[in-house]
Amino acid sequence: MSDKTPVLSIEGLHVGIDGNPILHGIDLKIKPGEIHAIMGRNGSGKTTAASTIMGHPDYEVESGSIELNGADLLELEAWERARKGVFLSFQYPQSVPGLQVGHFLRKSVAAICGDEAAKGAPFRNALKSAMEEVSIPRSFLSRYVNDGFSGGEKKRFEILQLMLLKPKLAILDETDSGLDIDGIRVVSRGINAAIRGSDSGALIITHYSRILEHVKPDYVHVLIKGKIVKSGGPELALELEERGYEWLESGTTEDD
Amino acid sequence: MAMEEAREAVGDYKEGWHDPEHSTIRFDSGLSEEVVRKISKIKNEPEWMTEVRVKAYHHFVNRPMPGFGDREALEGIDFDKVCYYLRSSDATEKDWGDVPEDIRNTFDRLGIPEAEQKWLSGVTAQYESEAVYHSIREDLESQGVIFLDMDSGLREHPELVKKYFCSVVPYQDNKFSALNTAVWSGGSFIYVPKGVSVEMPVQAYFRINAKNMGQFERTLIVADEGSSIHYVEGCTAPTYSTDSLHSAVVELIAHEGAHIRYSTIQNWSANVYNLVTKRGIAHKDATIEWIDGNIGSKLTMKYPAVILKGEGSHAEVISVAYAGKGQHQDAGAKIHHLASNTTSKILSKSISKDGGRGSYRGMVTVSPKAENCKLNVVCDALILDDGSQTDTYPTMEVANPSARCEHEASVSKVSDDQVFYLMSRGHSEEEALAMIVNGFFEPFTRELPMEYAVELNKLMALEMEGSIG
Ligand SMILES: Nc1ncnc2c1ncn2[C@@H]1O[C@H](COP(=O)(O)OP(=O)(O)OP(=O)(O)O)[C@@H](O)[C@H]1O
Ligand SMILES: [Mg+2]
Repeated sequence: MSDKTPVLSIEGLHVGIDGNPILHGIDLKIKPGEIHAIMGRNGSGKTTAASTIMGHPDYEVESGSIELNGADLLELEAWERARKGVFLSFQYPQSVPGLQVGHFLRKSVAAICGDEAAKGAPFRNALKSAMEEVSIPRSFLSRYVNDGFSGGEKKRFEILQLMLLKPKLAILDETDSGLDIDGIRVVSRGINAAIRGSDSGALIITHYSRILEHVKPDYVHVLIKGKIVKSGGPELALELEERGYEWLESGTTEDD
Repeated sequence: MAMEEAREAVGDYKEGWHDPEHSTIRFDSGLSEEVVRKISKIKNEPEWMTEVRVKAYHHFVNRPMPGFGDREALEGIDFDKVCYYLRSSDATEKDWGDVPEDIRNTFDRLGIPEAEQKWLSGVTAQYESEAVYHSIREDLESQGVIFLDMDSGLREHPELVKKYFCSVVPYQDNKFSALNTAVWSGGSFIYVPKGVSVEMPVQAYFRINAKNMGQFERTLIVADEGSSIHYVEGCTAPTYSTDSLHSAVVELIAHEGAHIRYSTIQNWSANVYNLVTKRGIAHKDATIEWIDGNIGSKLTMKYPAVILKGEGSHAEVISVAYAGKGQHQDAGAKIHHLASNTTSKILSKSISKDGGRGSYRGMVTVSPKAENCKLNVVCDALILDDGSQTDTYPTMEVANPSARCEHEASVSKVSDDQVFYLMSRGHSEEEALAMIVNGFFEPFTRELPMEYAVELNKLMALEMEGSIG
């Protein structure tokens, strides 16, 4: 922890929504090149954590800190965080009827990577190869953002954006849910290529160990009722798959 | 204080500047039979026109205000304060160089001469009551296409004008069509001969500059058999703390197999009452399309209409309305299927924001004798915040059972999650809203010439600016 500034550093994070406390003190550090996974029951607070890191205004940070490469994020709005390198692949990507995919991608690349990156041949080539990589046909460029996309297409489109926007911190909120087997392979390849050996980091939220077999996370964290109750290596994912969460639940209070 | 109010009123409206008023003739405000006769006299009109004006004037005086729309706002119009005729330049020039300098600068600033060079077949530019500039491409003129300001049209083609004037919108139609008929000045007169297609659009641009001005242009477009034309109009006005009145009448006649497309991007400042009657008549196999964009104004009441008189004729009304702070857009469409195998499509999109109010008011009728008609009505409203309002008043009167009618309506609110999604891709809240709004309008903008679509998107982005609480 001392040698390199973590990509993401969360300390003592308490978050509530509409006055209801959801996260009760989260600590998490992701160092450059690392991939972490978070697993946990429905409603345990995974999306809350992801949305809070991204800067959703509805989530109230009661205490604690979130830093990206040592710089405070909490003061920034979501779009500023995005421009600093935070990326969230949404559990439920939103549709924007009338907004063309091609136009949206170009604008987003311009906003985050700069105007130059969104111009001419370099952009076209990056777009072309990323689309091939995630198997999204060219015809999607003139469709509207997530409008009428199938569940799996939405997830592939999130990964396409991940590949084009080259974030410092990639958070994937159940990107594997709804993806077919090839899709999971594609996503895993994308994440490995983007993170391993780079100075970026990734946080993968998932319910299944399958994606983790491909990605091989450095750490797996278990979130229960707004707290990380256990952290371990990739083998923890398999153990969870086998045993469920119950065995961890009893320990929630002492563990803190 | 006054300064602040003024700034408040201008907001982000970028065409709200005004030039010093200069006039060669300016009538005192207020309306009387004498004023009506004086307008006609200045223009040296034939007797019949003077008589129509006077009759229309009396009808206007006796006709009550419309019983729908925004009655409260309508009652706020003070007809005595309006200036009914103002001429700023003595001639309609064919060369921008001859147009008085500050007026020319105005149109320069609005980008008209530039657009003309690039992609228009002809342009007429009206400033206050009269056209100050007018031109048409020579090749069209040599094919017999007539494109004139309405006053010149009446002078040079009195028999054509007499034949069609008030034939689609009689002055008795409503209070404002009566007013327009009484005091009309300027507007366009277009005649496209048989079989001629005008490839590039012709454009009219209407600018109000003076305070308390009333602009009453009158447009008449006749497309003869098998011809086609695309007419585009734009309008802006300065922002004043007192109101201006814009009340136009537009009549379209599409003869057998003809095609008229009429596109409007209205961007009035927030002190303009915009009360316009637009109607076209489509003969056998003809098509009339109204593409109508309403941004700005204090109150707009406008329902472009098509009478499908000939068998196999087709009507389309695609409109968008944007109601911002203190604005009410009461817009919609009217289509009357009088003949068999006629088809129509209405697409209405409205956005309300900052307490604005958008209303859709639509009427589609099918007469008993009209067999196998097809009607499609879609109206969508998007509400951007809690204080804003939208309402729809759709009416369908179908007196022939063979008609196939489709009707869809939706009201949606921009969700925080949608905005958040776009923000997470590096777009500020304003940009995100503009993306959602432009997307919502996309089915409309794609019908516009590219240059206009770009302009409209820019306008919408401006409207989104500085509006986030
Ligand atoms: N506006 C709200 N008011 C009250 N509770 C809320 C609100 N929004 C979310 N919650 C609650 O917060 C808790 C955490 O939700 P979150 O979406 O973070 O769960 P999750 O771990 O992502 O679950 P899943 O695996 O189902 O995606 C849930 O119990 C949820 O009902
Ligand atoms: Mg979730």
